[in-house]
Amino acid sequence: MNAIIEVSGVSKSYGGVKANSDISMQVQKGGITGLIGPNGSGKTTLFNSIVGYHPIDKGSIKFEGSEISKLQVPAIARLGLLRTFQQTRIYGAMNCVENMLISMPHRKMTFWDAFSRNDAEQIERAEGLLDFVGLYEKRYLRGGSLSFGQQKLLEFAMALMNEPTVLLLDEPTAGINPTLINGLIDRLKRANSEFGITLFVIEHNMRVIMNMADHIYCLAHGEMLASGGPEDIQNDQTVIDAYLGAH
Amino acid sequence: MDQILGNIDLLIQFPIVNLKIIIDGVMIGALFALAAYGLALVWGVMNVKNLAQGDFVIAGGYVAWWMTQKGIHPLLGVPAAFIIMWGIGWIIYKLVISRVIERDLFTSLLATFGLAIMMAQILNLMFGSDTQSIDLGYETLHFADGLIDIPISKLIGVCMALSLAAGVIIFMKRSRMGQAIRATAQDARAARVLGIDTEKVYAFTFSLNSAICGAAGAIIVMAWVIQPFYGITYSIRAFVIVTAAGLGNLPGVIAAGLGIGAAEQYGSHIFGIGYQQAIAVLLLLLVLVVRLLIQRRKRQVLQ
Amino acid sequence: MTRLMPVIHIVLLALVIAAPFLLPDYRSSLSALWILIIVALTWDLTGGQMGYNSLGNIFFYGTGMYVAAVITIGMAYNVGEYTDAAGGGIFAFTPTQYFMGFGFGLIGAGLFCAACAFIIGSVTFSLRGPYFAIGTLGVAIAAGELVSNWEWVGGGQGISMPNYPGEQERLFTYFSFATVGVVLYIFLRWLYTTRFAAAMNAIRDDEEKAEAMGIHTLRYKLVAWAIAAFFVGIVGAIEAFQALHFEPLETAYQTINLGIFMVVCVLLGGKGTLWGPIIGAIMFHVFKEITWNYFLGWQWVALGALIVVTVVYFQDGLMGWLMSKKPEWFGIRVESRDTPTAEAAE
Repeated sequence: MNAIIEVSGVSKSYGGVKANSDISMQVQKGGITGLIGPNGSGKTTLFNSIVGYHPIDKGSIKFEGSEISKLQVPAIARLGLLRTFQQTRIYGAMNCVENMLISMPHRKMTFWDAFSRNDAEQIERAEGLLDFVGLYEKRYLRGGSLSFGQQKLLEFAMALMNEPTVLLLDEPTAGINPTLINGLIDRLKRANSEFGITLFVIEHNMRVIMNMADHIYCLAHGEMLASGGPEDIQNDQTVIDAYLGAH
Repeated sequence: MDQILGNIDLLIQFPIVNLKIIIDGVMIGALFALAAYGLALVWGVMNVKNLAQGDFVIAGGYVAWWMTQKGIHPLLGVPAAFIIMWGIGWIIYKLVISRVIERDLFTSLLATFGLAIMMAQILNLMFGSDTQSIDLGYETLHFADGLIDIPISKLIGVCMALSLAAGVIIFMKRSRMGQAIRATAQDARAARVLGIDTEKVYAFTFSLNSAICGAAGAIIVMAWVIQPFYGITYSIRAFVIVTAAGLGNLPGVIAAGLGIGAAEQYGSHIFGIGYQQAIAVLLLLLVLVVRLLIQRRKRQVLQ
Repeated sequence: MTRLMPVIHIVLLALVIAAPFLLPDYRSSLSALWILIIVALTWDLTGGQMGYNSLGNIFFYGTGMYVAAVITIGMAYNVGEYTDAAGGGIFAFTPTQYFMGFGFGLIGAGLFCAACAFIIGSVTFSLRGPYFAIGTLGVAIAAGELVSNWEWVGGGQGISMPNYPGEQERLFTYFSFATVGVVLYIFLRWLYTTRFAAAMNAIRDDEEKAEAMGIHTLRYKLVAWAIAAFFVGIVGAIEAFQALHFEPLETAYQTINLGIFMVVCVLLGGKGTLWGPIIGAIMFHVFKEITWNYFLGWQWVALGALIVVTVVYFQDGLMGWLMSKKPEWFGIRVESRDTPTAEAAE
């Protein structure tokens, strides 16, 4: 196991408010890494720094050994670092299969590949993945007519279609019906084990992350509070205090 | 090319010429800033990008010009243009603008572009395509051995522009309507929840913008010239100023307005009068590229 | 429906070929219609399919005209001397020179405009929404103003083209436009079935998501605009030969005429469909011909009013209206939400 994302000494402030100060962390290749922290602890800021949404003040972010903290969003995405959105984003006017076909890994295509049609093999793969997330029955429905939870599943299937190296998930269970959460956790784990996709999950919900991640980082007030396996974090007094203090 | 170098050489040899160019530029720039202020107001409050801005200016100019033809004193043309263009602005708001506010931005841009074509053509049919101007009959002041000449009519025009701007600013700060407009600009939904009739605010803002442009046009026709198809250039200048200064940045709008006025005068001095329109447009592209580079450093795009 | 398609296309092609012979008095009007159809189809490529609403596509039209003129004249004479003498009868062109100029002029105009689209696009495609529209409008206006000060190509006076060496000039022009139009139609029909089109639609619907999924957004935007520029440039070049004389502001870089008409055609017919721009162009052309004949002097006001009314009240166009009334015609399936879901079955 080696680090695929390396964040070292990253600081980011918004007009005097330090959202992240001197954060260092690593995402291990092939594993599931979690990032937790109470509201306002700087999780989303760190996430946005990694995917290239804003410049960082200090520090370095490396992906597979090369610096990405100066790149623009599209360039980072084309390295194989894929993100999902907290407010799920799918193509509402297209049906599920079309949504899947759009998510084909364009970064692996040559220029001329873009001018060919999708063949039966790819459609089959798209339908297979829709089946994997349980949307096979709805595959010809417009994305926009699905419920929020189904849209979230569709976005997840689109991410798998994209064959990313690392998948960054921004609160995958936010706004999902609690009865569906277990199914989603299960699928995320299978995506990791069956498709070999490295996962980096930001979560607010402690139970979810404890069930899933093999390494967890905890942020509070923009600083790294603790890190370790689920057991360590669960028993870490500072983490418990931070969560209780925040509520 | 030689001519361009000669013109630059002239500026270095006779620094006083620079002063003349800057004075000329700042005087017309004050009127650009006025139109740009109106654009920023409408843009900020109802998110409508008005490409007919310049045609409101020209229409105001024709109102004043027409009244002088009927024997009314030219200086009365400014308040008259203000009032008449207020009414025209209100009608246009009710017929067109009120239906594009909630739509995507391209809709408002295209609708006002159509409006601009219509207004220019109507003015052309009514008043002909010749350039027009009002001769106030005032003298011209000469300074520095006749190198700098300032017509009194231009001075009066600038003073009227300044007092109009001051009036509008005080109105926006002090009056209840002004407060309602600023509240709506910040958050229309919150304003509605707090009991502000945003529909009324929108209508008022658009009419006010039209009136400001009309008055600016009436001033322009006294000291400069107008023509039915000059509108688009004034619109582009207003866009340059607002894009450079940003919304809700009054000192920025004034500075950018005076700046573009001076830059155009310099440009037409150096490259020749034929390039005046091209310079206005090239400044727009320049401002867009500069803002783009700034955004790129922030890892964002300009939207 | 699908089985009927080849038949429909053969009938349409026959109509296209027969039209100038059936309506010999309307040949130049039909040519004008082809111009509208082609520029509307290419505008829709970026505007309708990709969501980048350009107000400056007329730049390629004007540039195409000038490139064709410079190539045709330049192959036979010195362009500067030619424009100094204001074209005219002194400089004669043999039929070979004319047709060589026509061939190379068209290809040159297309390629040059495509290259321009790449260069300008690499800057303007970082602008989103209204800034893109205003930026491209700025490019078109600036180009017109600069060319009208460029004496080498005739400045504000414009430039003259050689006369057609033969009798059937109108037919020649008509079939030149029609060929480009048919080729463009076939090309777009194919293009809209590829992954490229899906990527363009993704950019239109949610560019941020498309970027996040690693789609080469800038590359696809540039290619789409270059394709549009290529065809518009060729149309401009043909028009240059038809016009015989043209000047920069009113004919070549006619921002407020054709530059905005193409957008209105697309809106009238329906954005983001293959047939929308074509139908819209026909509707617009008919409206334009009627106003030109019956609204003496007020035709421009009527056109401005048409733009405003279309944009404000009828923005989805004919195809958009049909699509909302009869979604099943377009293969869109709408199911009620209360069918049991796979999710609930777990």
